Amino acid sequence: MPILEVEHIQKKFEHTEVLKDLSFSLEQGQVLSIIGSSGSGKTTLLRCLNFLERPDHGIIRVNGETLFDASAPGSARESDIRRKRLHFGLVFQSFNLFPQYTARQNVMLARELLAKELPDYRERKKEIQQEIAAQAETLLTQMGLLNRMDNYPHQLSGGQCQRVAIARALALQPDILCFDEPTSALDPELTGEVLKVIRELAVQDTTMIIVTHEMSFAREVSDRIIFMDNGYILEQGTPKQVFEHPREERTRQFLSNYQGENR
Amino acid sequence: MELVMEQMPVVINALNTGFLQTLKLFFVTLAGAVPLGLIIAFGSMSRFKPISWACRVLVWIVRGTPLMIQLLIIYYFPGLVLDNPIWGGGETGRFLAASVSFILNYACYFSEIYRGGIQGVPVGQEEAGLVLGMTKSQIFFRVTLLQMIKRIVPPMSNEIITLVKDTSLARIIALQEIIWAGQSFMKGSHGISGAIWPLFFTAVYYLLCNGILTILLGRLEKKLDYFR
Repeated sequence: MPILEVEHIQKKFEHTEVLKDLSFSLEQGQVLSIIGSSGSGKTTLLRCLNFLERPDHGIIRVNGETLFDASAPGSARESDIRRKRLHFGLVFQSFNLFPQYTARQNVMLARELLAKELPDYRERKKEIQQEIAAQAETLLTQMGLLNRMDNYPHQLSGGQCQRVAIARALALQPDILCFDEPTSALDPELTGEVLKVIRELAVQDTTMIIVTHEMSFAREVSDRIIFMDNGYILEQGTPKQVFEHPREERTRQFLSNYQGENR
Repeated sequence: MELVMEQMPVVINALNTGFLQTLKLFFVTLAGAVPLGLIIAFGSMSRFKPISWACRVLVWIVRGTPLMIQLLIIYYFPGLVLDNPIWGGGETGRFLAASVSFILNYACYFSEIYRGGIQGVPVGQEEAGLVLGMTKSQIFFRVTLLQMIKRIVPPMSNEIITLVKDTSLARIIALQEIIWAGQSFMKGSHGISGAIWPLFFTAVYYLLCNGILTILLGRLEKKLDYFR
């Protein structure tokens, strides 16, 4: 059974149809990269998966459980949605770290707040907090930020901020980790360190959806590629299929812009 | 000069009493306008059009007219026009009317500062919180609020220092604040008359008070300097 099934998602803003009937699925442990030109709807798709936008039509299923069904109005209640969001993690293009918290606090905050809702939180408070702190340290170490844990975001480079943001998303152990152009806001020399971390996550079989303009990276790290154009999925398949034998003329045209990078 | 030294204890005593009333009006205004401003700010950002419209019109009127006129209208209108002197007589009534005028006026100014502060926090902050499973109120109190406070401290400091001086406008309805106290020695009070120096001397009180406030607010600003 696929970990994620997306069926017939449609989304309109005012009069613009941004997503026009998208369907795809993703297996556990796979990495899916979504490519396509700006304005093709890639980011909106990620935002729909994370319930930052509500699709007008369609169904989103995770592990066979229907998280969202546009035809069932009850599935969009704010209190339920909060829990459903936790199936997904999202790493933003512009990091969106909380500036008043250190790297460590950024990673710990959401879990601490969720822990307070546990029925046995009061009795096990100390134990739970130690566990959360330990997890944050492990994650930040994994991100290569052992010496940066107590720095505030403004004291970190863009690449370091993005790695903190990845650790923050991982702390909630989402089923599927989404990246919205994770390196687009970075200086070219800082993209490498972020891509390296994502590559390591792929090796550990983290299920990921990555919206990216880094074609060679997408090709190397992904199990599947989706090429989006004008709100449609124009083409999907393995990296080999999409990059080497694109069926659509539009895909070929898009990829030719990155030719220098790919060869 | 000798005469001044002779008059000094009496004058200082009277000015202190007046300044106490000034401070009372200052603190009551702050205590009322800080929360009321937040309500007006949320009102003017409300998606329910009649509420946002009403709040914006209120802010437009209050910011578009002199506080002195607002004071006069609020104090005299109920008694003279409606024949219903709701404020009651004497210093208590004047203080009540002055407090209401100042709170309303300053709440409108504060609300615009808050609105800028709230809207100045990037949307991404709220979205990051949502994606991490936080509730709206957790996001407000744990993420947005402090960033908003940091943004509004400098403009609020300005307004607060202006408020100290603006309290003197309450003189127009004869509230016995420090300007009133200083002026009384011109006409004659406590056996002193024709003395203008006490009125000039009130400036020292304002200056000292604002000096202390500047230091305190500057410290707060510095305290929030640890993040950007």
